[in-house]
Amino acid sequence: MSEKFDVIVVGAGPAGTACAYTCAKNGLKVLQIERGEYPGSKNVMGGVLYRKQTEEIIPEFWKEAPLERPIIEQRFWMMDKESTVSFGYKGLEWGVEPYNNFTVLRAHFDQWFAKKGVEEGVLLINETVVTECIVEDGKVIGVRTDRPDGEIFADVVVLADGVNSLLAKQLGFHNELKPDQVALTAMEVINLPKDKINDRFNLQENQGCTIEIFGDSTKGNLGTAFIYTNKESINIGVGTTLSSMIKAKMKPYELLDYLKNHPMVAPLLAGGESTEYLAHLIPEGGFRAVPKVAGNGVVVIGDAAQLVNAIHREGSNMAMASGKMAAEAVIHAKERNDYSETSLNSYREALYASSIMKDLEKYKDAAHLFESSPQYFKEYVPMMNQAMSKFFTVDGTPKKEKQKQIIKGFTSERGTFGVMKDLYRAWKAVK
Amino acid sequence: MEEYQGVWVFIEQSEGEIAGVSLELLGAGRQLADKLEVPLAGVLLGEKVRELSTQVIGHGADIVYLIDDPVLKYYRTESYMKCVNNLALKYRPEIFLYGATPNGKDLASAVATDLSTGLTADTTMLDVDVEKRLLEASRPAFGGNIMATILCKKNRPQMATVRPKVMKALPFDGVRIGEVVEEMIELSEEDMRTKVLEIVKNVTKAASLADAHVIVCGGKGMGDLEGFELIHELADTIGASVGGTRDVIEAGWLPHELQIGQTGETVTPKIYFAIGLSGAIQHVVGMKNSELIIAINKDPNAPIFEAATYGIVGDAFEVVPKLIEQFKQIRVKQGGEVSYV
Amino acid sequence: MHIVVCVKQVPDTKIIKINPKTNTLDRRSAPAILNPYDAHAVQEAVRLKSILGRGKISVLSMGPPQATEVIKKCIEIGADEGYLISDRAFAGADTLATSYALSKALEKIASVDPIDLVICGKHAIDGDTGQVGPGIARRLDIPPVTNVIEVSEVNSNDRTIVIKRKLSNGYELVQANMPCLLTVEKEINKIEYSPLSNMLKAARYKSHIWSVSDLGEVNITQLGLKGSPTVVGKMFTPPKLEGGKMLDGTSDEQVSQLMEVLLEQKELLNVK
Repeated sequence: MSEKFDVIVVGAGPAGTACAYTCAKNGLKVLQIERGEYPGSKNVMGGVLYRKQTEEIIPEFWKEAPLERPIIEQRFWMMDKESTVSFGYKGLEWGVEPYNNFTVLRAHFDQWFAKKGVEEGVLLINETVVTECIVEDGKVIGVRTDRPDGEIFADVVVLADGVNSLLAKQLGFHNELKPDQVALTAMEVINLPKDKINDRFNLQENQGCTIEIFGDSTKGNLGTAFIYTNKESINIGVGTTLSSMIKAKMKPYELLDYLKNHPMVAPLLAGGESTEYLAHLIPEGGFRAVPKVAGNGVVVIGDAAQLVNAIHREGSNMAMASGKMAAEAVIHAKERNDYSETSLNSYREALYASSIMKDLEKYKDAAHLFESSPQYFKEYVPMMNQAMSKFFTVDGTPKKEKQKQIIKGFTSERGTFGVMKDLYRAWKAVK
Repeated sequence: MEEYQGVWVFIEQSEGEIAGVSLELLGAGRQLADKLEVPLAGVLLGEKVRELSTQVIGHGADIVYLIDDPVLKYYRTESYMKCVNNLALKYRPEIFLYGATPNGKDLASAVATDLSTGLTADTTMLDVDVEKRLLEASRPAFGGNIMATILCKKNRPQMATVRPKVMKALPFDGVRIGEVVEEMIELSEEDMRTKVLEIVKNVTKAASLADAHVIVCGGKGMGDLEGFELIHELADTIGASVGGTRDVIEAGWLPHELQIGQTGETVTPKIYFAIGLSGAIQHVVGMKNSELIIAINKDPNAPIFEAATYGIVGDAFEVVPKLIEQFKQIRVKQGGEVSYV
Repeated sequence: MHIVVCVKQVPDTKIIKINPKTNTLDRRSAPAILNPYDAHAVQEAVRLKSILGRGKISVLSMGPPQATEVIKKCIEIGADEGYLISDRAFAGADTLATSYALSKALEKIASVDPIDLVICGKHAIDGDTGQVGPGIARRLDIPPVTNVIEVSEVNSNDRTIVIKRKLSNGYELVQANMPCLLTVEKEINKIEYSPLSNMLKAARYKSHIWSVSDLGEVNITQLGLKGSPTVVGKMFTPPKLEGGKMLDGTSDEQVSQLMEVLLEQKELLNVK
């Protein structure tokens, strides 16, 4: 196999396709290699698609992309065993152009997105696994696939092969992920008729809602749960760091079953039919875990570069933005005909100058803080629920007296100083 | 179209032995012919098969159209098709049924093309609309839990292939009288473009499945290949054959010759265990005529319970090991050697 | 040797789900795939070509424009050329009208490069009829050999082929003159993992797409719905079987009730 491409992109998720698309649109000869039967086939789940980063690649994509519902409401639940404190925002302005975010089924969206790349000239091959990068004189010059006569060459190889990127590991960019750097998320798609979803979530046609749940959704472990509404199905998922799961001796599906049967959640799902179940690793390492992202003839993007915001559970937006930045670096490298690490480092610089890295940096301590201080999830969420219950229960006690009791409730468990310290640390970590 | 009259059945034979499905079709064809008040005919082709006419008539036919010629010794599409075409063009049947066997399907497809008429594949229910003289040939619709009735309104004959073992043959009646109409065919071996070199009758696994007295069939509910081991274990314990649903075969847990259902084998064992399978129509049509059907499934609403003689709502992984244990205890009581023979 | 393989794009019945309320197919969930039997047909053509050391493999399909996807799949397996006949006039065809349209396309392919062998899958998994292959053979007036489990010999000199054909209770060895048509079972071969060069070729491949007017002299009344003698009369759920006795109680109780039933039939069981 002597054929040579400008760029080989490994993986056809949002990151890989954003990169392949941008390169091809700028006239580069691009080969994209996907291991699944088709792009998205390995990902039966739904997720949130962010308008801004998608629009920067395909303007007005909402006019033709297979989207589920525009998200017009985001709710947050601090959930205890038999209660929940909720707040959120619902705005009709998110339901009209240019929208804010959307729910999507990845199998449909990824396929459509990859097709847009093919229309721009990307050569996409499926069902092919890249087993390693071919390295010569310290420079990546191509990839080896699992197919007969499976070597193929390029000036730049883009690694978009997902969170557990074997290729980045092989190049020594990654260390083996530590259990506290990845979250194990168990997700399920539950089919429900459109009318039922609209009624239960107080939505109208073409309106969607997301719920992020903290507290008892993870049995008090570090992590969150989520519920997203699709057109005729609901995505429900729960994730905690691998390390908490190991510590608590829990299996992902046990946690998901617990959540599905939770009295706050079960009525939303009643009568639904489970169709797909998936357990998935998500990098939660944040800023501290971002590996080397550029080398001689190679760049790493998306989940493979651990670009996920653990606190805000954003991934596909960073995936797309990093894909586009990497593409721009590759295009410049081609103009200079220089594919060295120094040249490709313009991607690294763009990445670190972007809001992606700033956000990741901002929250860099959050995961560690919550991991090492279980009281945030185990104690404060129940306390908050008790407080609200006391406050809203009509029993003849004056409101002022109630507030006193609430504060006493908080401080008696951990001491005034402990609570103050915790709150300050949490505020610093997420603010 | 009025000139087309009568119900015909293609009589498939191999080395002088009539296929079971052909006798079953004579039974089904008899009912259709009686409703339409027309004769029932069997089409018998082969070499030295004249004496089989008695059987064809004894199982319900009024007429046997016979062509006995050395060139017909083995089934070959080109020779058989030519005979059937000639007969159909001369005597004009309104309905023509074939067994859905490899040879029956092959022949019917070729004949339908030459006669430019409609053919319904793998039928499991037959009826007629007497007034319109329409054959109502029904089969499970693609993948679904629903049946589709296929009609052929404007072309004649109306043709269908019919699954073996779904219709009932009439008992042989030695005193029935019928007419044998013998025709000739002008075909010489030199005209033929195919030659049967050898026929090997082997007891393949599929054949043993069709003949098995006891079958343990597992479905997707067994979870994975490892879970499916439990099916093998039960079958081993009681000396049964193993079968699987379409899902199981697609998943590669069993070779395809062990598929039971519309696109696999139709089976009629004395005892049939349906374990961890829901009972989609395409499966049920392949096993519902089994004598004793025992269904084990977690879902109380699984349609398999409608086909079952006895049903157990429960987890196969809990129930089946207990069942195996019971049989093992019997063995121990009997000194570990005696088996039920 | 020129081998033409007829293929069909079908919904993946492995994945497709039934809506329990309407009893109809939930097509949302079913991706379109190359009919699995047809994949084996293409693979067999590739195998024969490599044994003979020369030859050309064309694939032919009928369907909507997106059916070019399955032609690409065939190129991945190793086909050289792909033709799709796609036209509204073909819509609603039953097996008779389908074999007519495909045979017209085969005649056109043969007019440029004579065909020695046509291979089809045993049947398509969305219809399970197995009637189109033999129908094509009749229309081209070539001998059909159905249910093929092995191609044992190909003699290019005297233009014959020896085939193992599956029967209800065994198999037969058949010799056929070429050109002829085979329909193949899955056990005929294993789908090979194609080389990377095939994948690249397939990704770039543009199928020939023909409409009715490209097929030369065609009798329009024999195409599509018009040319299809069979119609679906009605759809219905089959009469419910009565169902039997449900065995109640704990699993131990259920098993002991079942044992009672089974021990009545003990002469059938061969307990080991």
